[in-house]
Amino acid sequence: MTETSLYILQQLINGLTIGSTYALIAIGYTMVYGIIGMINFAHGEVYMIGTYTAFITIVGLLTMGVGSLPIILLLALITAIIISSTYGYAIERVAYRPLRGGPRLIPLITAIGMSIFLQNYIRLAQGSRDLAMPALISGGIEFGDPAVFEVSISWMQLIIWGITLISMTSLAMFISRSRLGRACRACAQDRGMTNLLGIDTNRIIALTFVIGAALAAVAGVLLGLYYGIINPYIGFMAGLKAFTAAVLGGIGSIPGAMLGGLILGVTEALTAAFFPSEYKDVVAFSLLVLILLFRPTGLLGKPEVEKV
Amino acid sequence: MQRALFPALFAAGVTFLLTCLVIGVRLEQVGAELTVTGADADTWGWIAFAVIGVFLFQLFQTPLSRLKQRLPTPDVTGLLPDTQLRNRLKPWLISLIVVGLFVWPFMVSRGAVDLATLTLIYVMLGLGLNIVVGFAGLLDLGYVAFYAVGAYTYALLSEYYGLSFWVCLPIAGLLAATFGCILGFPVLRLRGDYLAIVTLGFGEIIRILLNNWTNVTGGPNGIGGIDKPSLFGLEFSRRASEDSQTFHQFFGIDYDSSHKVIFLYLVAVVLVLLTVYVINRVQRMPIGRAWEALREDDIACRSLGLNPTVIKLSAFTMGASFAGFAGCFFAARQGFISPESFTFIESAIILAIVVLGGMGSQLGVIMAAIAMTILPELAREFQEYRMLMFGGVMVLMMLWRPQGLLPMKRPHLELKTS
Repeated sequence: MTETSLYILQQLINGLTIGSTYALIAIGYTMVYGIIGMINFAHGEVYMIGTYTAFITIVGLLTMGVGSLPIILLLALITAIIISSTYGYAIERVAYRPLRGGPRLIPLITAIGMSIFLQNYIRLAQGSRDLAMPALISGGIEFGDPAVFEVSISWMQLIIWGITLISMTSLAMFISRSRLGRACRACAQDRGMTNLLGIDTNRIIALTFVIGAALAAVAGVLLGLYYGIINPYIGFMAGLKAFTAAVLGGIGSIPGAMLGGLILGVTEALTAAFFPSEYKDVVAFSLLVLILLFRPTGLLGKPEVEKV
Repeated sequence: MQRALFPALFAAGVTFLLTCLVIGVRLEQVGAELTVTGADADTWGWIAFAVIGVFLFQLFQTPLSRLKQRLPTPDVTGLLPDTQLRNRLKPWLISLIVVGLFVWPFMVSRGAVDLATLTLIYVMLGLGLNIVVGFAGLLDLGYVAFYAVGAYTYALLSEYYGLSFWVCLPIAGLLAATFGCILGFPVLRLRGDYLAIVTLGFGEIIRILLNNWTNVTGGPNGIGGIDKPSLFGLEFSRRASEDSQTFHQFFGIDYDSSHKVIFLYLVAVVLVLLTVYVINRVQRMPIGRAWEALREDDIACRSLGLNPTVIKLSAFTMGASFAGFAGCFFAARQGFISPESFTFIESAIILAIVVLGGMGSQLGVIMAAIAMTILPELAREFQEYRMLMFGGVMVLMMLWRPQGLLPMKRPHLELKTS
């Protein structure tokens, strides 16, 4: 293979890695949107809190002398999921539930306020500087002609794919097979009717926030380890990207969010390959604007009918 | 009480989880290594205080709310003078305030005037965003982009073509309006929450472009040495540049650097008064009525034959043009601009001003802009918590008083039964 095609292959691999984490975060947006029709702006901050708790756990375990990588990774995931889910739950309970049923603009402003609040809360508690951690997991597989271009897949990337795949499958199983998952789907279709049938919709909505936050926490752990650098402002951009992914796939649709995340990640990586990397954000936003203009329902979304 | 015990315990547990790791443990970078340190006893004391507080509050929520209901609500309406008197006093009061605005800077320190100028910029931005968010009900999260367009218009035109502030001011407004129109035209057909995200993305795109288009905008280094406005060609510098005169030479007075500051302030006052006047008029015009009607009910508006896209676009464009004016003035006041001044945080601050003041209420927005810029200056230690407070205020306002501190009042008549 030529150098260019190998280079593109490498970018595809990197893009899929980032894209799968976007997909994980995007599910939180899309599920919340599907069920109560609001954009949970603070979702990116939940992801950021996930990375912070993961870093705290990992560094704490390392100082305590725990050396086994799987245990560290597992405990980091569990702590991040617990703390982030609690944040997801608390945000919904405190900031969104009292406003349900009001005009649309109001919860959106609350969500933006919540996002700013959480960002600065972490900044004050943990400092605003970048925190860098040496890579826990290094090495990987390399192939291709070393004389032309060597394509590498790191173990970390494989772990990201693996964990993303597991999370996505379990979510899909949960939504399609379990009683609670059925309640979630019912709630997304018709909240009033679901309530009449004896399902506590408030709990289902809270559950949606918790699931979204948990997946964002998984993404947080993975991306935190992948990049190795965190600061309190990472949530903003990640949230925006994930939202773009959710809209790209069709907001409200879970498979759409997965697909949208992957497409966005690959597009970004390919842009970064041929243009200065600062422009990859511009491309992501332009993509968002273009989709909203020409296909507001996204790739897999259903058109929404406005009712009086 | 028994029934409240479980939710109270649950809430306390949630509070503990929210605080224990994030506040109770701190990550520090020591060289290449990261370390964790537990917080001091004080912090843990606060965490315990929060947990117990939440527990007790949840436990006694029912008796507390019952107690609150029994408290008499004070009647403040009687304290204000009656409507007729108020209407008679209003023109006098307004003229008094306007005169005060012009006389005041000559009596106070330079720093105070400078701060007042900054406040006026925020007042202008708040009023402009108020058209979009308050009147038309469109959430614009990229408002700062139009502000940046205005600022860079003046900076670039003055640097490359040597145009003066007064020539650039209308150009900046027009250009910002054009940008608003170009962005708004395709986007305004979308539903409200999409609009918010797209404008946010647009704001970021503008900032990234300014940051990376280095050979024109100077990139992150920004543009410096922007000319200050002049008074009919009279400059406010110590020495006049070729074939012009300075202010102090013309009037035969000694050079004083505070002249410049006061002049800038007066320009800002004039701009703000113009803004208030224009918006006040437009609000009463059919288009202003249409904005509010559209905010209240999109579908009803359409059935009455109003074109939502055109109406929204007019609000968007008008809001953008005021941001352009404000940006142009900002560039002139600072003398230096860089993309740093036009981040999302700035948009959020302006939005917080509008939300706090009461969406749609001009007086409220002006008051909120004053409070939001002067409060952090008064208490320096408060500065660090500024953004935290802004975020918190936005949430609390929406929960407690979505209409804002000074909500908009419609002119109305009441039938009095005596």
